[in-house]
Amino acid sequence: MQQTMEKTQAMIDHLAEVNRILEKNGYQESRLIPILQEVQDVYKYLSKEMISYVATSIGVPPSRVYGVATFYAHFSMQPKGKYIIRLCDGTACHVKKSHGILNALYAHLDLSADKRTTDDLLFTIETVSCLGACGLAPVMVVGDEVHGQVTPEQAVAIVDQLRAAEKQA
Amino acid sequence: MDKNTLTINGREVAIAGERNLLEVIRKAGIDLPTFCYHSELSIYGACRLCLVEIQGKGIFASCSTAPAPGMSVLTDTKAIRKMRKINVELLLANHKRECPSCARSATCSLQDIARKLGVTTVRYKQPAADLPIDDSSPSLLRDPNKCVLCGDCVRVCSEVQTVGALDFAGRGSNARVVPAFSQNLADVECVNCGQCAAVCPTGAIVPKSNCDQVWDAIHDPEKTVVVQVAPAVRVALGEHFGFKSGENVARQMVSAMKMMGFDQVYDTCYAADMTIFEEATELIERITRGGKMPMFTSCCPAWIKFLETFYPELMPNLSSTRSPQQIFGAVARRTLPQQLRIKPENLVVVSVMPCTAKKFEAQLPKFSTDGRPDVDYVLTTIELAQMIESMGIDLAALPPETFDMPFGFSTGGGVIFGTTGGVMEAALRYAVEKIDGKPLERIDFKEVRGLTPRKEAELEVNGVKLRLAVVHGLGNARKLLEDIKAGLVKVDFVEVMACPGGCISGGGQPISHETDFRTQRARGLYETDKVRQLQKPQDNFWVEKCYQETLGGHPGSHAAHLALHTHYQNRNQIFDAKIPVLHGEGAADKIPVCITICTKQENCPGQALLGMVVDYIKKNNLAERFDVDAAFSSRPEADGTLAVTVGDREIGRSDSLEATFQAVVTALNAAC
Repeated sequence: MQQTMEKTQAMIDHLAEVNRILEKNGYQESRLIPILQEVQDVYKYLSKEMISYVATSIGVPPSRVYGVATFYAHFSMQPKGKYIIRLCDGTACHVKKSHGILNALYAHLDLSADKRTTDDLLFTIETVSCLGACGLAPVMVVGDEVHGQVTPEQAVAIVDQLRAAEKQA
Repeated sequence: MDKNTLTINGREVAIAGERNLLEVIRKAGIDLPTFCYHSELSIYGACRLCLVEIQGKGIFASCSTAPAPGMSVLTDTKAIRKMRKINVELLLANHKRECPSCARSATCSLQDIARKLGVTTVRYKQPAADLPIDDSSPSLLRDPNKCVLCGDCVRVCSEVQTVGALDFAGRGSNARVVPAFSQNLADVECVNCGQCAAVCPTGAIVPKSNCDQVWDAIHDPEKTVVVQVAPAVRVALGEHFGFKSGENVARQMVSAMKMMGFDQVYDTCYAADMTIFEEATELIERITRGGKMPMFTSCCPAWIKFLETFYPELMPNLSSTRSPQQIFGAVARRTLPQQLRIKPENLVVVSVMPCTAKKFEAQLPKFSTDGRPDVDYVLTTIELAQMIESMGIDLAALPPETFDMPFGFSTGGGVIFGTTGGVMEAALRYAVEKIDGKPLERIDFKEVRGLTPRKEAELEVNGVKLRLAVVHGLGNARKLLEDIKAGLVKVDFVEVMACPGGCISGGGQPISHETDFRTQRARGLYETDKVRQLQKPQDNFWVEKCYQETLGGHPGSHAAHLALHTHYQNRNQIFDAKIPVLHGEGAADKIPVCITICTKQENCPGQALLGMVVDYIKKNNLAERFDVDAAFSSRPEADGTLAVTVGDREIGRSDSLEATFQAVVTALNAAC
């Protein structure tokens, strides 16, 4: 009984947070996108359960909420890592060989275009079309920190540093 | 410019309140091609085929342009012609072109438009992706490779039916029309009405075919194959063979079915008469004994699933009487082996229905006798037409034949079951006479006829006031339910049919592009009723005889309840966020147990109940029989009552934790 209670309590706590977000947005269908954004801010991604829950709570078919969640690149239905690495692949960065960085990170973290998050949920790699910092090309952003004129070796070193810091903490 | 006219290709045309330019152009006799325009749905403007040039303005999609006085419209310039052809070419490039073997071959709008516009080559490469076909539903088959993303199914499902089982997902070249989470149709809230298949311009959603199984049964010398035909089939089947919409072809149809090799051809109208015996008796009982009111009709399986999914709290309002299809099945299994002198296992029961949801209904485990479904196979009207056609039979040239007795005999009341208002009218013919205690003078109850979305009427019979409502289309049903719940409408008896117009325009009927096909088909049924010598279901002496011999002597008897009534299943938890709590190793066919926890309530007792149930299952070593899930819902479960399902059974709601726990334990043990 204890075990069952713990398991369900975690979900209840999560959904209490979602309830707060729904409350704040007045359970309005027209506020669907802000609601999904806030839910994703808290949980890093939109799980099937969260989408169902939001859909039934605001009285919209789950198929429609799924449609919205899959339309915008901003929403993810896959769990994301603690550190989100955004690698620019805009024209300037592409010419400056951003692909080499991407491949180095994929190899180092055992990731691919289909699997973008590490199993320990520490890193997620995303490519973006332009970060608007073409003068620094190739650009890589980790969390909120911008790294300019990055080489593949530097990119791998940045990731290793973060991992080491995590281990110490 | 004070005249309310515009010109189309130089000719003056009056504007008379049309919603858009396309309607004005069609009124002028020019049939512009479209996929995504349906007068009953919202305007989408996606297919870009109804393009026109408005002089001085440019090229517009006429479906989404308002007509204005003085407009000068050209429908067929060199540029438009080229654009339309390219648009069709692009659609064809994204479409799996297996036309000769497609279920919609010959009724496909894409094929039709491509032919009309003279698209003879497709210069673009076919995409390599081959998406999986969804054949999970017993009613419908979805082939996403044939979808042209017109959105017709999405809109009919959400706007007309207010179900929303399908929607667009993804974006750009990855855009698809899918159920929530790209799940299978069988695993979502789809009610199987098949209106999506009826509006689909291609073969992307089609009724699932059972023709092969039926041919196999017919060709098996051991088997005796009997068939029942629903009322709405006879006024639409003919359209496939060049008859006018609404023409009753029952006699030629029976003739054709005999040629196909069916051993006995019966009429579902017989079972409809019997349905009225039970349903009207139930209504009278509810009125006189103070049962749950209003009472809802229960003939339509799409409506039933809709209610079970969205309004399970109203399940006690549903009549417990089975639908005519299942009443026929139950009676056939009980009486035919003896009557036809055959072994019970050699009896094959087929039905022909205007409906895709009937396929779903027939496979429900509750409708079986000794482990065998009461109705083995359900064919739609379209499938029957194809089977007749495949034998090379010319329906019009056949000598007429009549249905076999005794289940081929019916009154007019059974015939009108196929159109909106028909079940209500047939029930009134029975109930009013019974309540009044003297022969009914007025047979027709015209106030419940016609295509008005909601028909309401009031009758006073022998001091009893009856308030009636008839709705068709699930969106209209939803509105009525909301009004009833809010106390805005007070009614005693409600008829619901899921499809607009009722069964006559079911998802299994031939696709008609005539504007008045519903009116014509309904007219066909009412005319058949009018010329019947017997119009009141209670005058069907063959039904009466069946009651005497096998159903306990009278409607509502114990035997009749066992054979002709049913129970319903709460499907509401399908939407809830679920987590697995106890999924042990074990057999694949474990029974699902689901307990809802309300997230709006501090310390919802559902959580404690879940703990108790899991402990009980573990202690008694039942883990390999059950899968326990917790469902989370923000729906206010009425004053903290507990919602639990074990298998397809909902455990009686109660606010006592201990009482509910005991009820769950009983259900668990019963399920083992």
